[in-house]
Amino acid sequence: MTPPHAATGPEPDAQPEDTRGGGAWFARVNPAAKLIVALIAAAGLIPVIDVVTSGVVLAGGLCLLAVSGIERRLLLALAGPFVLMGCSIGLVNLVFGDEGAMAALGTALRIMAIALPGILAGATSDPTDLTDALVQRLKIPERPAVGVLAALRLVPLLAAQWRTLTLARRARGIEAGRNPFRAVTIFVGKTFALLVRSIRTGTLLAMAMDARAFAAGPRSHARLSRWRARDTWLIAASVVLVACAHALAIAVGTWQPLFM
Amino acid sequence: MSGPATVSRGAAGSGRHVAGEPAPASALRSQRPEPVGRSAMTGARVELSGWGWRHSGRHTWALRGVDLAIAPGERVLLLGSSGAGKSTLLHAMAGLTGDDAAITGQSEGTLLVDGAPATAARADLGFVAQDPQTQLVMARAGDDVAFGLENLAVAREEIWPRVDAALREVGFPYGRQRSTAALSGGEQQRLVLAGALAMRPRLLLLDEPTANLDPAGAQLVRAQVARLAEISEATVVLVEHRVAEVAHLVDRVVVLDPGGGVSADGSPADVFAAHGPRLAAAGVWVPGHEPAAPPGPGPGGAALIEAAGCSARAPAAPGMGATAGPMVIENADVTVRAGTATALTGPNGGGKSTLLTLLAGLSRPLHGAVRPRGSLAQAGTRPLDRWPARTLARHIGTVFQHAEDQFVTGSVRDELRFAPLRVGMGERETEEWVTRLLHQLRLTTLADVHPFTLSGGEKRRLSVATALSCGPDRAPDVLFLDEPTFGQDTRTWSELVELLDTLRAAGTAIVMATHDELLLGGFVDTALPVAHGGVGTPVPPERALDLAGRRHP
Repeated sequence: MTPPHAATGPEPDAQPEDTRGGGAWFARVNPAAKLIVALIAAAGLIPVIDVVTSGVVLAGGLCLLAVSGIERRLLLALAGPFVLMGCSIGLVNLVFGDEGAMAALGTALRIMAIALPGILAGATSDPTDLTDALVQRLKIPERPAVGVLAALRLVPLLAAQWRTLTLARRARGIEAGRNPFRAVTIFVGKTFALLVRSIRTGTLLAMAMDARAFAAGPRSHARLSRWRARDTWLIAASVVLVACAHALAIAVGTWQPLFM
Repeated sequence: MSGPATVSRGAAGSGRHVAGEPAPASALRSQRPEPVGRSAMTGARVELSGWGWRHSGRHTWALRGVDLAIAPGERVLLLGSSGAGKSTLLHAMAGLTGDDAAITGQSEGTLLVDGAPATAARADLGFVAQDPQTQLVMARAGDDVAFGLENLAVAREEIWPRVDAALREVGFPYGRQRSTAALSGGEQQRLVLAGALAMRPRLLLLDEPTANLDPAGAQLVRAQVARLAEISEATVVLVEHRVAEVAHLVDRVVVLDPGGGVSADGSPADVFAAHGPRLAAAGVWVPGHEPAAPPGPGPGGAALIEAAGCSARAPAAPGMGATAGPMVIENADVTVRAGTATALTGPNGGGKSTLLTLLAGLSRPLHGAVRPRGSLAQAGTRPLDRWPARTLARHIGTVFQHAEDQFVTGSVRDELRFAPLRVGMGERETEEWVTRLLHQLRLTTLADVHPFTLSGGEKRRLSVATALSCGPDRAPDVLFLDEPTFGQDTRTWSELVELLDTLRAAGTAIVMATHDELLLGGFVDTALPVAHGGVGTPVPPERALDLAGRRHP
């Protein structure tokens, strides 16, 4: 039903840029490229457990961190658990393992090196831009992707409904107190009520999307997910970095595959 | 009976434009962005004959034998008592019912839009439902308006001018990048409307578009609907509870009978003159036939609850980088007195519900305390939020906006037995009391069904009963209600207000968050304006109506 647009019409405004990360370099990289970088780091590190390979990749990740513009608070909240996990696994390996201090350090660094690019990709990408990139650049199926994006908008609603259910239980005189059995019963009841509400909310959203012709034929894209030279360069650089990390580890003789 | 179709505005002589064909070239070459609603199109024609619908799993027909022809460009208001199938008919016109659609069930007869079966996939359909929260798809305003155009495979360079034009058309005050979560309800609903208008609908279906909005937001959206007449030739079908506010926006009123077909049809003035009393008796809000609220003032009495210096934050939003929510209540001092009815008024999001949960002892204030006074202090002297839930529930009843939130058992009967048994009423006494309540609530035949399966009005009646059903002599000292009359038909409304009046006369303090001007104009003793975190000084309810910018009833 689209009438062809007049060639004389005004140029459409610039597409919305990534708005997160305060315009820092890594934040402006195409989300699909960020995701690929994270996958390269994981693929390169999962088969090996030595300290040099992981250390080099982690250093690369820290360089990206420097240009990610990520807020310190957010970084602490997201990366904290992984640092803690890495340290505790390293400690366990150190105390109970028979491979020595370097192997323990290697395990610890490995976890952080795998997690960091993923955290950066997630924290600096807007969900809408990420979906655009996945659909337009990585050609993932469009309708499920847009559906998931729309469902994300319901998460705050569900959180608010859960809080109301909690207050309503108290209003009816129901409180777990110190009784764990009752706590479980109350939790099950609230979960059921929330399930009913969320199904209804989801149905309403699906109806609204259907009424806007979501179920119809091919879609166009209002936002162009741009792929720039820097996106290709970043991916190439990550491949080179991972390869160098392995080469360096082999050269210094610390290279250690996972199963051997 | 079905009256003759009113003369349509759109049909008169304009070049009919069929969806799928390119628009005339002259329209396209213009440099100036076109008003979104206007195009070389007339509205759609809707024809139903012998149409009926039965939801899957139901024995009874929601609608049956509907014969109705809506001419292009007509503006039609659908009326009927609750459960008459108004929304169902609208959903069917939107193509949302059917085997592959969102709502499944069985249909009979024919429903044609422009001579073809209705389908949601059609390009020229606009549908706006009650709650903007469940209609906004994208996180940014511009992206949301663009969503429908993307689905229609409109070229990118054409999308943004149409988005901008639609946003201008509804007077959206922010840019495209504005987060949809940061908008008020009225602004969100205008954005939903912009999303529909950008698709250049020839059939615009509005399902109680102002129901979830505060008076100011509802006013904005109604003004927009009124403007549609100027900017669009679309056929408009509207379902709206508060008839008085929209009667002047339509040129035809169609009344549906529950389980039946069209029972009245004609101009608003004719339909209300001929059928006003009958419709009012069936629960429809008819202008000039609104039920009257029992007049105040209540008997008054001593203070029962005193809040001093109370503050509360909105809960933090879930997700990455969540910060503490903004303050929604700051330094509030409120006294609740026995035998009075107090209304908390103000815009949605202004803190009414939060204040209600603080006063009811359900949540803990950040600063300050809510303390029991007078006879309530005999049950406990600690601040209310420290009371054990059991004690609290015996003395303070709370009715939530969504009745379902407070149902905790699997049947209507158990729901009513719950409180009496907990306060130690005997089995036989409880049984008698519950039987009486069921009769009063007109729920006797539904005693064993799950509360979630009740209709809106039935759920509301049950939820109020659960808040007071501790027994005949044990009405709560204070009853809190969040938008209790919201969306109710006149019958449930009258029953509810009568019940509240009886409780107040017996000395119960009643506190409710409400926009209901009939309550404010008659029943309520004092109004507390709550806005932007501040709680104003109590004012007489008529003043609250002025503050809300509404006419006197």
